[in-house]
Amino acid sequence: MKKNPLSMHIDADKFLPATDEEKEYLVKMRPSSTFFKDSIRRLKKNKIAMLAFFTIVIIILATIFVPLFWPYSYEQQLGLTPGKPVDASYLNLSPFEYGTTELEKIEAGERVFPHVFGTDGQGRDYFIRVIYGARISLLVGFFASIIVLVIGLTVGSIAGYVGGKVDLVIMRIVDVIYSLPEMLMVILIASVLRVTLAPIIEGTVLAKIGSNIISLFIVFAILYWVSMARLVRGQILSLREQEYVLAARAAGAKGSWIIRKHLIPNTISVIFISTALQIPSAIFTESYLSFLGLGVNAPMPSLGSLASDALNGINSYPYRLIIPAVVISLIVLSLNLFGDGLRDAFDPKLSE
Amino acid sequence: MKKKIKSQNIIKSKETSTPLVDVRNLKQYFDIQMGLFRSKPLKAVDDVSFTIGHGETLGLVGESGCGKTTVGRSVLHLYDITDGEIYFNGKEIKGKTSIEKFRKESTMVFQDPYSSLNPRMTVADIIGEPLDIHKMYKDEKERNEKILELMDYVGLNSEHAARYAHEFSGGQRQRIGIARALAINPSFIVADEPVSALDVSIQAQVINMFEELQNSLHLSYLFIAHDLLVVRHISDRIAVMYLGKIVEMGSTEDLYNKPLHPYSQSLISAVPVPDPNYARKHKRIILEGDIPSPLNAPSGCPFRTRCPYAKDICAESMPEFEEASTEHFIACHRWQDIN
Ligand SMILES: Nc1ncnc2c1ncn2[C@@H]1O[C@H](COP(=O)(O)OP(=O)(O)OP(=O)(O)O)[C@@H](O)[C@H]1O
Ligand code: SF4
Ligand SMILES: [Mg+2]
Repeated sequence: MKKNPLSMHIDADKFLPATDEEKEYLVKMRPSSTFFKDSIRRLKKNKIAMLAFFTIVIIILATIFVPLFWPYSYEQQLGLTPGKPVDASYLNLSPFEYGTTELEKIEAGERVFPHVFGTDGQGRDYFIRVIYGARISLLVGFFASIIVLVIGLTVGSIAGYVGGKVDLVIMRIVDVIYSLPEMLMVILIASVLRVTLAPIIEGTVLAKIGSNIISLFIVFAILYWVSMARLVRGQILSLREQEYVLAARAAGAKGSWIIRKHLIPNTISVIFISTALQIPSAIFTESYLSFLGLGVNAPMPSLGSLASDALNGINSYPYRLIIPAVVISLIVLSLNLFGDGLRDAFDPKLSE
Repeated sequence: MKKKIKSQNIIKSKETSTPLVDVRNLKQYFDIQMGLFRSKPLKAVDDVSFTIGHGETLGLVGESGCGKTTVGRSVLHLYDITDGEIYFNGKEIKGKTSIEKFRKESTMVFQDPYSSLNPRMTVADIIGEPLDIHKMYKDEKERNEKILELMDYVGLNSEHAARYAHEFSGGQRQRIGIARALAINPSFIVADEPVSALDVSIQAQVINMFEELQNSLHLSYLFIAHDLLVVRHISDRIAVMYLGKIVEMGSTEDLYNKPLHPYSQSLISAVPVPDPNYARKHKRIILEGDIPSPLNAPSGCPFRTRCPYAKDICAESMPEFEEASTEHFIACHRWQDIN
């Protein structure tokens, strides 16, 4: 029978008794490790989060694999041949243009790898510089977040668990760091450290990474753990009040059991998300420090330093500012969207 | 054959009348940080003693904040007790191994049906947690059977096993909590205001369930409540608590019909009675002021700041716990004058 779509009559077909199969499904018990699997299942259903996730993965894969086959390196000045004057035709090439010697080669029938984004003012292939910049920015963001996570988690858990005087002292330190003018402190510490660190790390593996990046990490280690520590402490304090933790203890659960079954599942989403959100904030910090000349050591590029270099030629070569800016935005947006997706997936109360 | 031995054991323990739970001079102080270098003890429970027999229910009543929950948790060794002794079946519970053993015999049902169930776990996992902790099953199949059996026992639909706790109503959540408590097959349960968060209509259901379980499983309860009506129904004996101390303890009958302590009298006068003649004769005693903070408890009798009969002696010394009649204990200097 055809039904008027506006009719308010209840459709009797919706009230069929459940089939045996459906009953079976309801009665069936899921295996005991349900929570994590359920969350992953929910995450997979979230299209935006998955899109963001794949964007991040593609960018990460690109920063790892593109430099392996790209024929130009990020520091190679193409117009520069030893013993000869600089070939000015290689400077500031537009996308897919070639320098004079390259044109000769093409004429001779050889194949020359194109400069997809052109070259910069010193004749360096811009595409590979953007890739390297993304790599550096991601690395800085990632490791800075790990540092923040490790320090924040440790200090926050100690404050939350031990409580009493230890908590009091730690939280006063946190308050002090919170009240410092952040920007000023970052610049101050970074500029002091880069000078003092340089001779210390000379000749070691660390020298390769560069004193600036290391000082950047130290800045993060000193300043940015506080919000993570606060978060973790708050989580632990509120969890300690939860009676299900006491119920587990009353049933004879050991500390490791409570951490595994109750603490981690109930805190991990919040910690996950704020770690994921720490990465873009670290990338921003790195960018403005690079902009001020306190970022990565030249000639190493980062997305921030690329953007700030491009400011000089903004009228003639606007794409050189736009490209790193777009990449930064993509990374930050994807991380944020993925973080949101994680939160929804790991908090069954909010979703559905 | 086996059954016979068991029943003989029960008779034997009744004969020798060792109480199941024997708490002596329990003290539970919390250090409250008053600044970086100063801390003050908060005497949440101060010198409390009581016993609970096999299959018996002791009701524990008192205002909010008087230390009822703390008594329940300390008795189960969920806190490091400040002082005192706890005997279970005649053996003192002290040290790691005896506490671990004790955990398989005793358990708790909690006040808040929301915070007492982990929102990240399904009902089956919540109820099965004690089984998991003690590995009380051979395989997954036996585990699931046990869980379904427990759910059945407390009147939960087994189709709900795979759901999360937040999908249930307060009464159903409390049933989940009770099923979890029963999982280890305990002989002693601390029920910490298990019904005060529930609707009145559901309260009766849950209390009846506690009684049925007690009869079929021979359980002993420490049943905590802040109103007397709830405990009256289920308790054999009642202890009245005020500011960390038990001020009166006796059989439910005695406590209802002839309460001796002024605080108990005020509590009982607040219970609505169906008999208008009785109500006219016994006027409501309304207490003035609030319960003082346990951080600065009054000297002497803890109740003296609100007691209508207080005299100088009440401020000078803490009244001793004395037996007014058989098994009816009271801590008040002036109980004989008052009554
Ligand atoms: N872990 C703790 N640390 C510090 N103080 C505590 C702690 N637990 C309880 N207290 C304090 O001990 C006193 C007694 O608390 P308790 O929870 O035992 O009261 P209660 O009688 O159960 O009250 P309610 O009826 O509200 O549940 C309160 O003053 C409370 O603030
Ligand atoms: S001891 Fe004094 S203050 Fe305390 S209850 Fe008795 S009469 Fe009141
Ligand atoms: Mg309580």
